[in-house]
Amino acid sequence: MHGTNLTRWLLPAALALFLAGCATVGDEERVEDRPDGELSEEEMAAIDRERAAEARGLEGRRLVEGDALDQLLEDPSSPIGQRTVYFAFDSSEIREQDVSILEAHAAFLADHPDQRITVEGHTDERGAPEYNLALGERRAEAVKRALVLYGASADQIRVTSYGEENPVDLGSNEEAWAQNRRAELVYRY
Amino acid sequence: MLRRFASHWAAALFILLTPGLAKAELVIDIIGGAESAIPVAVVPFAWQGNGEPPEDVARIITDNLTRTGQFQALPRSEFIETPSAQADVRFANWRALGVDNLIVGDIRPDGDRFRVRYELLDVFTGSRMTGKTFTSPRDAMRTVSHVISDEIYEALLGRPGAFNTRIAYVAMQDRGEQREWRLVIADADGHYPESILTSRQPIMSPAWSPGGDRLAYVSFENRRSEVYVQTIGTGERENVASFEGINSAPAWSPDGRRLAVTLSRDGQTDIYVLELDSGQLRQITNHWAIDTEATWTPDGRSLLFTSDRGGSPQIYRADLRNGNVERVTYQGNYNASPTISPDGRRVAMVHRTDNGYGIAVQELEGNGRFRVLTRGGQDESPSFAPNGAMVLYATRANGRAVLGTASLYGEARQILSTQGERIREPAWSP
Repeated sequence: MHGTNLTRWLLPAALALFLAGCATVGDEERVEDRPDGELSEEEMAAIDRERAAEARGLEGRRLVEGDALDQLLEDPSSPIGQRTVYFAFDSSEIREQDVSILEAHAAFLADHPDQRITVEGHTDERGAPEYNLALGERRAEAVKRALVLYGASADQIRVTSYGEENPVDLGSNEEAWAQNRRAELVYRY
Repeated sequence: MLRRFASHWAAALFILLTPGLAKAELVIDIIGGAESAIPVAVVPFAWQGNGEPPEDVARIITDNLTRTGQFQALPRSEFIETPSAQADVRFANWRALGVDNLIVGDIRPDGDRFRVRYELLDVFTGSRMTGKTFTSPRDAMRTVSHVISDEIYEALLGRPGAFNTRIAYVAMQDRGEQREWRLVIADADGHYPESILTSRQPIMSPAWSPGGDRLAYVSFENRRSEVYVQTIGTGERENVASFEGINSAPAWSPDGRRLAVTLSRDGQTDIYVLELDSGQLRQITNHWAIDTEATWTPDGRSLLFTSDRGGSPQIYRADLRNGNVERVTYQGNYNASPTISPDGRRVAMVHRTDNGYGIAVQELEGNGRFRVLTRGGQDESPSFAPNGAMVLYATRANGRAVLGTASLYGEARQILSTQGERIREPAWSP
């Protein structure tokens, strides 16, 4: 199931990269046809940028980084576009609705064996901060176990806990607490 | 008489100050009082110079005494006279107002310094219990006021005060997109806050060394929890624990040579003791459950800590000689963050009640009496005053993260807050 998701996403991406490559070739030919045959600095830079993008695209099988990674992270429909899972009070159990998110990350990690991520566990503010730090680690570990179960390699995943120290929502109510009881999958530090 | 006095006292006191060192305005709000408390009056100290006096010494003493819950201070609006020396006092006036003890004094310029003289008087006998004169520069006037408060406290209650001490806490603030954490040291009454560490990542669990010259704390500056020890005077610091996993909950041994820490380097969260000079590490607990938040008994022979090995967090004791572990708390299903009083006789903790999380105290000797000190809500991180008479803790007031103090004797509570900041994780200096 996660395999299908990935294919559905990767195919257009590969196509886009291929088309970008064609466009580059077209631009260069046009420039060289000019009578003086000279390139402005901006044009040189633009060509360098596109070549760089091409090179990274070809290496992307084992490791995605730079702009290509940013694009994946910023696109909510990419397999790694959703990077936060939430927990019930006093629980480190993965919720049913978050399984597909973790499956997608696991498949992505399996397809990119050089990719490394950190899972950050967080709790809400209630109770003892140091005890919550340990609870946050339990959550992060639960996410790591799920990722490994779904096909990622354990040595691709680092876990860390912030406990209650870095809330998303500074409020002190049920809604804020639900937002803060989370694990974040971090691809970029 | 006393009843009327108490109702007056129940009105909150507000002080607003902007000391030079402070980054944020500090607000102190004292609530409550107890009818069993000693009724006192602190007469505004007579100013013998020109212009404004350097500090309202009487106000500082009044706030210090009332914060303990062991004193009720007569409001100034009820004063009939404002004497500054024993000879000027008409004791019958103060007896009529229900006051047991009177504090009078004056301040006079002495070159670029000030001479502060005070007298503690017994209203019933008309006698002088103690008194002294201090000479100090302007910027030490608050310190002098704290020393005078300590002397009055000890003269009336027979044990030392804890007014001339400091607190550490963590302040957090969002500055645009950036979130900033600061480790702050301030006077025990919240004045003169100074940052000793500023970070874009969380800081937590400050712990004073027994000598009061160093702080251990947890910093996430490397995007994971690691334990540091910082010398307060010089700002020099050292990363003392950065193992795989969690490194947290530092607690100094009474001799200041070891730190109990929580590590998860072996895949389970256990308590270790770190020898600071050698870096040698000794594992104390070994359990699949969470073991954390160690605190030393004053004899250095055992640790109290939080563990959920019984299903919910409770406080346990580990004997450092033989490794034996025994359960200490049985009230309710959530007791955590143990902190032992300096005399070793009681433990304060976070306790879950029907009202949320409050601060509770259990006697470690005798009948093991258990009582909840605060009304509850989001109370956490209790820390004893060095004289054991008060507990400092983190709480919420009007939705804001602030600090509170609660008295072990009486109902007085004090709230410390700063504008626009969350302040948490307090620790009272030795």
